[in-house]
Amino acid sequence: MRRIISILMENEPGALSRVVGLFSQRGYNIESLTVAPTNDNTLSRLTLTTTGNDQVIEQITKQLNKLVEVVKLVDLSEGAHIERELMLIKLKATGAQRAEIKRTADIFRGQIVDVTSSVYTVQLAGTSDKLDAFIESVGEASILEVVRTGVSGIARGDKVLAL
Amino acid sequence: MELLSGAEMIVRSLKDEGVETIFGYPGGAVLHIYDALFQQKGITHVLVRHEQAAAHAADGFARVSGKPGVVLATSGPGATNTVTGIATAYMDSIPLVIITGQVQTDWIGNDAFQETDIVGVTRPIVKHSFMVKRTEDIPSTIKKAFYIATTGRPGPVLVDIPKDLTSPALTYEYQYPSKVKLRSYNVVSKGHSGQIKKAVDLMMAAKRPMIYSGGGVILGNSADMLTELVHNLGFPCTNTLMGLGGIPGEDKQFVGMLGMHGTYEANMAMHHADVLLAIGVRFDDRVTNHTSKFCPNAKIIHIDVDPASIAKNVPVDIPIVGPVDQVLKEMLEQLEKTEERNDKSALEAWWKQIDAWRAYHGLRYETAPGILKPQQVIECLYKVTNGEAIVTSDVGQHQMFAAQFYKFKRPRQWINSGGLGTMGFGLPAAMGALVASPDATVACVTGEGSIQMNIQELSTCLQYNFPVKIINVNNQSLGMVRQWQDMQYQGRHSSSTYEQSLPDFIKLAEAYGHVGIKVTKPEDLEDAMKEAFSLKDRLVFMDIYVDPSEHVYPMQIKDGSMRDMWLNKSERT
Repeated sequence: MRRIISILMENEPGALSRVVGLFSQRGYNIESLTVAPTNDNTLSRLTLTTTGNDQVIEQITKQLNKLVEVVKLVDLSEGAHIERELMLIKLKATGAQRAEIKRTADIFRGQIVDVTSSVYTVQLAGTSDKLDAFIESVGEASILEVVRTGVSGIARGDKVLAL
Repeated sequence: MELLSGAEMIVRSLKDEGVETIFGYPGGAVLHIYDALFQQKGITHVLVRHEQAAAHAADGFARVSGKPGVVLATSGPGATNTVTGIATAYMDSIPLVIITGQVQTDWIGNDAFQETDIVGVTRPIVKHSFMVKRTEDIPSTIKKAFYIATTGRPGPVLVDIPKDLTSPALTYEYQYPSKVKLRSYNVVSKGHSGQIKKAVDLMMAAKRPMIYSGGGVILGNSADMLTELVHNLGFPCTNTLMGLGGIPGEDKQFVGMLGMHGTYEANMAMHHADVLLAIGVRFDDRVTNHTSKFCPNAKIIHIDVDPASIAKNVPVDIPIVGPVDQVLKEMLEQLEKTEERNDKSALEAWWKQIDAWRAYHGLRYETAPGILKPQQVIECLYKVTNGEAIVTSDVGQHQMFAAQFYKFKRPRQWINSGGLGTMGFGLPAAMGALVASPDATVACVTGEGSIQMNIQELSTCLQYNFPVKIINVNNQSLGMVRQWQDMQYQGRHSSSTYEQSLPDFIKLAEAYGHVGIKVTKPEDLEDAMKEAFSLKDRLVFMDIYVDPSEHVYPMQIKDGSMRDMWLNKSERT
């Protein structure tokens, strides 16, 4: 099962390599990973998506908690949450395709953020599924380049991951 | 406040931490530190002959004393040579602080001479590591390193210090912090009372209870409490390889070690138990055999300070996270208050069954006239040392025989590399044991394979007068490898023999300035061993030729349950 684990950790050199290293050492998967400092610049927020059964996820969270630089973590997929991923996608846009891509981008509530006579660059935010669906809609043939940030997430309601 | 250089700060911080001895080897990146060591009194430095041995010696010191061991090594090869020693300590949760020199800050990343990213290299085998960036941070970093190494589940912590930070030319105000503040590192201080209550209720309802205890009891200084609990409850108790000495080896309620080479009675009792109290153990694969067949009828209570150890390999019914000493203390208190006791007749029947198992096998082995068996060597060692020696061991058949046949009376008496299984551990660990306990009798049980992996330390032993008694159980082959080749590869002894290339260990010991004694006949063994141990202030290398074809039994059958064992070469359960 796919899980979103969000981690508050010390914003120190080496902390990220310990988290990433843990996954390869213990044979866990990382599907996506995103990290940046928070409003408190001593802390970084790292969000990763992984897959595994309950036992594996329990081990992952326990092992992450053991890392000295990990301050707090939460498995966002355990409760109601919002997840977002940002994609920049460069597409061939000539002839009839040009209008079609504009229409598809509108349907997905994407924005065309760069234009040349033959290329559109579309910015799209949403769940990973939504980004996958967009890629499928425009079709492999028109895609020149895809950049995705990986998933970021936050719990719904009053729950916060902070000190 | 005093003004000190970075190098002086390192030495002073160690002193303020209560360190008396460190193990190391000098080199370019740590020369400032060695110069600071030269100009002080209070810290003794033991110069090893290879940095791997420094780590093992510090490890042996830590295991015997209960205090953290300290290693000092230079950058590059000095640091990488410590890696096996760090991994050994990591697997067995031994508190070490390893200080490595690094090339000067502005050279880092340039592939400078003797540069290695040792923080990166050791990342998977340390509890934590630091790269110091500013000289002023040295005292607080060392303080944190000791705190992390020794609290919670202990482990090795590495501190990498670039050479420019230790320069004698620059001095700073020195103050050793009295407290550590780490918002992201919290140690559990006691177990959950409700969980302990549930555990006590389950234990009182047991008809076939079993206590399975490990290294956590030794590290947590809880052997006395474990023994009290075992006696109070009247339950049988088994120890893991790391847990030997947790209860006296001659105790009637002790059924021996369990696991791959555990006793028949311990493994049978585990398999048939209905309630298992697991204390400071990690359900290692060398204990459980196939986890899906492990203790099929048992409800499991697991006490451990590390939450990640719980339900890692085997699902647990009642987890208790906390330091073993605190949890056992509360468990004993709760037991005192409860009026419930186990069904007496059920417990009697259970003991009758266990005694029958014990009578059936009880570590029997075959002897033959004129042939010296490795088991006899350990039995003789036990007799000659009155069971009082600190025994360090290398890895292989001799290790298993020592674990089976030496009845350890107390914790911290049995020093071996259980988790990583590091050949070459025994001799340097014995040096560390003698630093921790200078008046103790220290025997290093080894084999002709393992001893050659750190034999250069015979020179260190002469320099510092470490009177280790080396018991070389010489079967002229890599015994455990050979045993597996006999049992699983139709006797094809691929690269497990030496084809007449073994050195004359007696001459070798003498060349290093020690005493060598060779034994080839069973009838000479006891007198020779008495002679060796009578030479109190000398290192004696006993080269004892034993039956090369002997196997360690019992031996669990791969992918089976705990009760599936070979009991000798032709008999299986």
